[in-house]
Amino acid sequence: MTKSELIARLAERFPQLVAKDADYAVKMIIDAMTEALATGDRIEIRGFGSFALNYRPPRVGRNPKSGEKVHVPEKYVPHFKAGKELRERVDIRE
Amino acid sequence: MTLTKAELADLLFEKVGLNKRESKDMVECFFEEIRLALERGDCVKLSGFGNFQLRDKPQRPGRNPKTGEEIPITARRVVTFHSSQKLKAAVELLSDANKQP
Repeated sequence: MTKSELIARLAERFPQLVAKDADYAVKMIIDAMTEALATGDRIEIRGFGSFALNYRPPRVGRNPKSGEKVHVPEKYVPHFKAGKELRERVDIRE
Repeated sequence: MTLTKAELADLLFEKVGLNKRESKDMVECFFEEIRLALERGDCVKLSGFGNFQLRDKPQRPGRNPKTGEEIPITARRVVTFHSSQKLKAAVELLSDANKQP
C-alpha cells in the first residue's frame, strides 16, 4: 500500500469530507511525525507502536572504493518498535 | 515530549479544519489502515517517511534465561520499519548540542 492508496482508503471512510481533506490530513500526520523525531521527541501510538531515536557513536569508516579512511560523525537513527496489537495481528501463527 | 494520537488529532482540528470527532477518527483510521494492510500481508510505503515491511522468521532454538532450559522460538511474522532517506537526513542533524532523545 502506498501513500496515495492510503489516502484513497481514508477518503472512502470519510465520505462527508472532500477528498483533499484526507490528502491534507495524511501529509499533516506524516509531517508531524517527521518533525517530532527531528527535534528528538518520541512517538507513541497505542496499539500500533513507538518510534524513537537510537544513538550511533562516531567511528572511522572506509571509502569502499578507494580504501581511504573517513571519519563518520555521531548520529541518530529512527527506530520503530511494533506495539502488542500490531504484533499479534500480523503474526501468522494460528 | 512524546507525540501521541491526541496531539495528532489536535493538529488536524487546528490545521485541516476537521471537527473534533473527525480529527480523532481520522488519526485512528490512519493507523488502522496501515495495520489492515500489514495484516493482509501487504507492505506499506509512505514516501518521505519510510516503509513498513513484513519478515517471516523461521523457528529457532531459544533458552529460558532463568532456568537455562531449551525451548524453541516458534516461526513468526514480524513488522520492520525502514526510514526513508528524507527521515534519516532530518534526524541525523540532531547532535549532542541539541536535545537528547
